[in-house]
Amino acid sequence: MMEIPYTVKPHPVTGVYNGKFGIWLFLASEVMLFGALFSAYVLLRVGADTWPRGSALLNVPLATLNTMLLITSSVTMVMSWASLKVNNFGKYRFYFASTIFLGLAFLVVKSFEYGAKFEHNHFPSTDTFYAIYFTLTGLHGLHVLGGILVNTYLLSTAKSMWNRDPEHMTNRIECAGLYWHFVDLVWIFLFPVLYLL
Amino acid sequence: MSVQHPLEHRHEAPGFWRKYLFSTDHKTIGIQYAITAMFFLLFGFALIMLIRWQLAYPGKPFPIPFLASLLGEARMVSGIMLPEFYNELGAMHGTIMIFLGVVPLAVGAFGNYVMPLQIGAPDMAFPRINMASYWAYFLGGIVMLGSFFVPGGAASSGWTSYPPLANIATQGQTFWLIGMVFLITSSLLGSINFIATIVQLRAKGLSFFRLPFFVWAQFVTAFLLLLAFPPLEAAGVLQLMDRLFGTSFFLPSGLVVGGKALEVSGGGNPLLWQHLFWFLAHPEVYVLILPAMGIVAEIIANNTRKPLWGYKPLVYSVLFLGFMSFIVWAHHMFITGMGTVMSTFFQATTMIISIPSVVILTSLIISLWGASIRYTVPMLFALAFLPMFGIGGLTGLPLGLASSDIHLHDTYYVIGHFHYVVAPGTLLALFAGVYYWFPKVTGRMMSEKLGKIHFWLSLIFINGVFLPMFFQGMAGVSRRLYDPTTYAYGKVVQPLNIVMSYSAWLLAVAQIFFLINLVYSIWKGEKASSDNPWDATTLEWATPTPPPHGNFLTPPEVYHGPYEYSVPGRKTDFLPQNQSE
Repeated sequence: MMEIPYTVKPHPVTGVYNGKFGIWLFLASEVMLFGALFSAYVLLRVGADTWPRGSALLNVPLATLNTMLLITSSVTMVMSWASLKVNNFGKYRFYFASTIFLGLAFLVVKSFEYGAKFEHNHFPSTDTFYAIYFTLTGLHGLHVLGGILVNTYLLSTAKSMWNRDPEHMTNRIECAGLYWHFVDLVWIFLFPVLYLL
Repeated sequence: MSVQHPLEHRHEAPGFWRKYLFSTDHKTIGIQYAITAMFFLLFGFALIMLIRWQLAYPGKPFPIPFLASLLGEARMVSGIMLPEFYNELGAMHGTIMIFLGVVPLAVGAFGNYVMPLQIGAPDMAFPRINMASYWAYFLGGIVMLGSFFVPGGAASSGWTSYPPLANIATQGQTFWLIGMVFLITSSLLGSINFIATIVQLRAKGLSFFRLPFFVWAQFVTAFLLLLAFPPLEAAGVLQLMDRLFGTSFFLPSGLVVGGKALEVSGGGNPLLWQHLFWFLAHPEVYVLILPAMGIVAEIIANNTRKPLWGYKPLVYSVLFLGFMSFIVWAHHMFITGMGTVMSTFFQATTMIISIPSVVILTSLIISLWGASIRYTVPMLFALAFLPMFGIGGLTGLPLGLASSDIHLHDTYYVIGHFHYVVAPGTLLALFAGVYYWFPKVTGRMMSEKLGKIHFWLSLIFINGVFLPMFFQGMAGVSRRLYDPTTYAYGKVVQPLNIVMSYSAWLLAVAQIFFLINLVYSIWKGEKASSDNPWDATTLEWATPTPPPHGNFLTPPEVYHGPYEYSVPGRKTDFLPQNQSE
């Protein structure tokens, strides 16, 4: 009976284990998803007679705060993985929980932003600018939420997984980290495109 | 079940649910895909058989009153099909055949079952994701089927769902979009799995240039699915926003519907949808055809008993084809007024992409040269694929040239062209694959006699359906016309519609021979002479029959290229990849 190879140990030629290879492929498709949406943004803006300046309509200070939150969460994500690499499970737990917390904080800030827009009767149906703003940030928000859910699951099973197979556990956090950094990166593009340009 | 020591209990024999329904074994999942996809192929075929009545005898009551009353007054009034229902049938035929029939059968079924065996892997790299991929596909299928029962019926804006029409269409269109999100998720999970498996799990000694051509085809196909589908998902999200939240991504300002100005913010662009849609849908054409080419290559090598002519050109061509397929999409949009500069660019890339296709077809034809061919049933289907795909490909050239496309665009000529690629082309290749790998899956052969009847009847009638389309198209009959006799030029070629419709119905009759053969042979077919009844060289024949969970009894090792047939100085005329000498 054969077992599936390279589920934990890296493949000698490609240098990665299966999961890491898979997550990179997934991120490639995500690049195409957001790439298509950014292209749609460009096409709509180029075709429009007038286009508002993002900073005139959107709350730049709140978005700056959110940018800080996400960047910090990426740092804590790396720290949590690095802690596992040096066998410090306690530190991992602290950093990983911080990542989840910062992600939640991002969503809370975002929901305040959305709420303020709705209060002033600015909806996706208002004009094309708000349409693309809500679509892009909404889809990004869903990605943040998805990451938080998976990370919470990983945190809840961390102890038993760590005791059973520490290397596998470390790999999982590495993959979760790659995804999280990607979500962070998307925001780094969204922020200037929507709020500043 | 023990929770504390999950590792120790991993190899328990799985129960009924885990074994047949929620299995993570790539072979079971492949069979699940095959059964579901074949059901949808039949269903999609049934939809078009209804349409064929309206096209052959426009405005005449349906000859099966029972079926007409079953469909109800909302779809057929006193046996005469309503135009709205006609549009539903057309849109859903295309959607179901492509996204729920051919691709799941070519990739989900054949790719899942055969590819891991051919690379000597115990399973896919991510078995649970593989299972999720099947169930996402299944749910997508349920949503699509369910959309027939919502008020206003299923999606009716064509399989391309062009806005603004699709934006203002009935609720069925929302179901279509949600169904597509499931199907896109399914193919995303599948393609990640395929690529990771081929890269990470090849057997010892199986270098990339020793891979069977079928694996190469699946590899490139997986990349197309991975990178081309997300833009359609983006487009789907935007159209959902338009339909559910009142945005105007695809609605221009000042749109008037039924004499009334539409109350939307406007400022959108319908062409945006077309760009995003065809960015997927052109690579999708190659998703439909590449696995078929892979199957045909395997069967031709096996039945000519000699190596494929030009293995490396084949591989380079399929890679080049995959790359180019991302930059030809706007040849579907020549008459949208996007400008001559754009048209010229996409016309040039379209001419370039025909080169690797011709290289592949030529290699396969030259492979026949000087061979003592075994005319087995799979080989008959594979041989028929070559001229059928040839017709499909060559009739595409006038469509790829912007000036001749102006005349032919959106006529039956286009329908004839892409059906020749996908129906007489891919479908015949898929049948070939079923006959060829059936003994590996079941341990029994399919009946040669029934197979040959199925082959000849299918070949004759499938051409009877699609060949007249070229003449109709050149006469100017447009593709989505409810009543083909509306215009005078349509009346001239109307008798062809009767020929085509009878061909379609007889084609359905021919499939009965296939279904009987398939079901009968599972239990009563002649037992396969060995694990390798076709005397093939590739690794899938080195497993027990049917392959057990984990596939190989010992990890295989590969010593040769994939098609070492008729090696001089050997007793047998084939040298399996896993035999050292």
